[in-house]
Amino acid sequence: MPRTVLEPRFQVEYLSILDSEGHLDAALEPKLSPDELRALYRAMILGRRLDERMVRLQRQGRLGTFAPIKGQEASQLGSVSTLRPTDWMVPSFRETAAMVWRGWPIEKLLLFFAGYVEGGQPGEGQRDLPIAVPVATQLPHAVGLAYAAQYRGEDAVVMAYFGDGATSEGDCHEALNFAGVWHVPVVFVCQNNQWAISVPLKKQTHSKTIAQKALAYGMPGIQVDGNDVLAVYAAAREAVDRARAGEGPTLIECVTYRLGVHTTADDPTKYRAEEEVKMWEQKDPLTRFTAYMRQKSLLEDGLEQQVDEEIALAVERFEATPPPDPLTMFDHLYAELPPHLVAQREELARRLREGGAPEPDAPAPTPRATPMRGQRLTRR
Amino acid sequence: MTKLNMVKALNLALFQEMERDPDVVILGEDVGVDGGVFRVTDDLQRKFGSQRVIDSPLAEAAIIGTGVGMALYGLRPVCEIQFSGFAFQCFHQIENHVARYRLRSQGRFACSMVIRMPYGGGVRALEHHTESEEQFYAHIPGLKMVIPSGPRNARALLAAAIRDPDPVVFFESKALYHAAKEEVPPESETFPIGRAQVAREGGDLTLVAYGAMLRVAREAADVLQAEDGVAAEVLDLLTISPLDRETIVASVAKTGRAVVVHEAPRSFGPGAEIAASIMEGAFLRLEAPVRRVAAHDVSFVGFAREKANVPDVARVVAAARETLAF
Ligand SMILES: Cc1ncc(C[n+]2csc(CCOP(=O)(O)OP(=O)(O)O)c2C)c(N)n1
Ligand SMILES: [Mg+2]
Repeated sequence: MPRTVLEPRFQVEYLSILDSEGHLDAALEPKLSPDELRALYRAMILGRRLDERMVRLQRQGRLGTFAPIKGQEASQLGSVSTLRPTDWMVPSFRETAAMVWRGWPIEKLLLFFAGYVEGGQPGEGQRDLPIAVPVATQLPHAVGLAYAAQYRGEDAVVMAYFGDGATSEGDCHEALNFAGVWHVPVVFVCQNNQWAISVPLKKQTHSKTIAQKALAYGMPGIQVDGNDVLAVYAAAREAVDRARAGEGPTLIECVTYRLGVHTTADDPTKYRAEEEVKMWEQKDPLTRFTAYMRQKSLLEDGLEQQVDEEIALAVERFEATPPPDPLTMFDHLYAELPPHLVAQREELARRLREGGAPEPDAPAPTPRATPMRGQRLTRR
Repeated sequence: MTKLNMVKALNLALFQEMERDPDVVILGEDVGVDGGVFRVTDDLQRKFGSQRVIDSPLAEAAIIGTGVGMALYGLRPVCEIQFSGFAFQCFHQIENHVARYRLRSQGRFACSMVIRMPYGGGVRALEHHTESEEQFYAHIPGLKMVIPSGPRNARALLAAAIRDPDPVVFFESKALYHAAKEEVPPESETFPIGRAQVAREGGDLTLVAYGAMLRVAREAADVLQAEDGVAAEVLDLLTISPLDRETIVASVAKTGRAVVVHEAPRSFGPGAEIAASIMEGAFLRLEAPVRRVAAHDVSFVGFAREKANVPDVARVVAAARETLAF
């Protein structure tokens, strides 16, 4: 028996449309209307400003630990903006910009990171799953959603987010495999930001790209410049359209970079060089998109102030949230509370009446000069 | 003697065990360059190299699964799971294999390994970063389950766990990591796994606690002494499984009353096993039903509501008073 080469051969594409020097590949430029471009640009600015504001709130002790998105705005918004409201969005834990695009009220996100479970509740009818903290565990859910959409004969597409580190988890591979076998309308968006906390990509996988992993599961995989919102949009548009047309799943690898800390409890100086961060700052997704918008004469005056006001109003609403009622901790655990929990609830109510239970944490405790112990300690 | 916090004390145990035994290896997420997200493995990669302190890819199942293979070969892996909330990703490896190889191979192989994980609340953290899941491991035959309460016993028990021929799941309370410093002897020290300690002697009532709840029980004992003139005996379990029933029963046989405190949800938690053990061993000495003070049976409440969920001194004192008044 001879050794033969199996057909077909595989290939992985790399897509870049607007590079960090501002060069545009006009032939590949997606056809976005001025309004669409303005909306995308506004969302990118909002994503950045909100992120910076949240870091400050966390430093003041008003939020707990969270995962900043700085540098990943294009990966998130280029992809999520291809969805319809009837499509599904399945986030991991670093998708603030994408979640806001999908209509999560900012104050709700703030509440979530202030330790209020209420912040995890999607709006009525909103086809977005809540934040999933355990890495990669949300990916099979996306495949199940896509299967159900197909089963019901609806043309909903599912977009699922995850990181480079997540590609090491079994759940990720199992989800990709099921999606391939079932040929369901799901788009996997991997934000390869080069790091999983302190572990660089080269210690995470021996593959040259993450995109090529798709090939083993029988689906197309494409690597895009994740800091190029136009390239991300173009790749996602294609994948979403294909999924909607019944042509199955796609894996998109967005090559990007986490410019900030892993979470607000992390100290990146421990594991990565300042020069690397500097190098990626040159590729900031906002800088090049701003230049593009300027060239198209689409920049609006006062946009940053507008966005800051929107954020400030949301922060005000967040801070006006009354302290949580501890008794509601039993809500939503079951459709109907079983007797032993009714008893536990009554016993807690009695302690609260008698003043024996501690006060809950208020949403906006007095700012502290130094972070609380827990914040320094708590890492994801 | 030097005073160390629990992070430093655990780090010392790891360092000394690695010096003592070249078969000891560490693997887990971010344990190398970063020194672990809580710095428990700080500097160990620099001292022992990346072959012995391994920054693994992000996959708990493979951390434990490859740990099993290393242990079967004869190494002594110390696996770190970054947070106990993410150990469900490797639960099948722990239950299906870590706990069973000795039995399955009829003594030919064993998993002499340690699985370390931070657990528990009180640190204003997100979902899966505040839970207490010791009951799952305590329930698995073939495993040992250890939870230290302070720097010195943490250090001594971790060293004992590494030398133990059987697999040990080792929980470290995040709230205790930096809570207090304690004298820790410079030369290596072990405490026996499977033995509880009497943290405070008393004749009127027994408070059983472990991990971060030991402090709560101790403070409750102070309040009872000061306000009620009651002498509470406080037991620090240190090992959840195998449970030191002898020490618990001896104490309750003396006091006739017991309150068990834990951060894990109440139902089917360690308190149930402890109460049953007291019933079996000291029924005729009991003056009152055994009480449990535990978290409610809710999976996650968010840190804004956490204080109303986790046992505090007032709840333990109230339960003790009801027990005394029974
Ligand atoms: C199952 C699981 N293991 C460990 C963690 C702790 N953790 C949180 S984020 C993270 C790294 C994730 O890296 P990546 O997938 O690249 O996403 P990124 O954080 O870079 O966005 C780790 C180890 C977790 N949340 N879930
Ligand atoms: Mg990453």
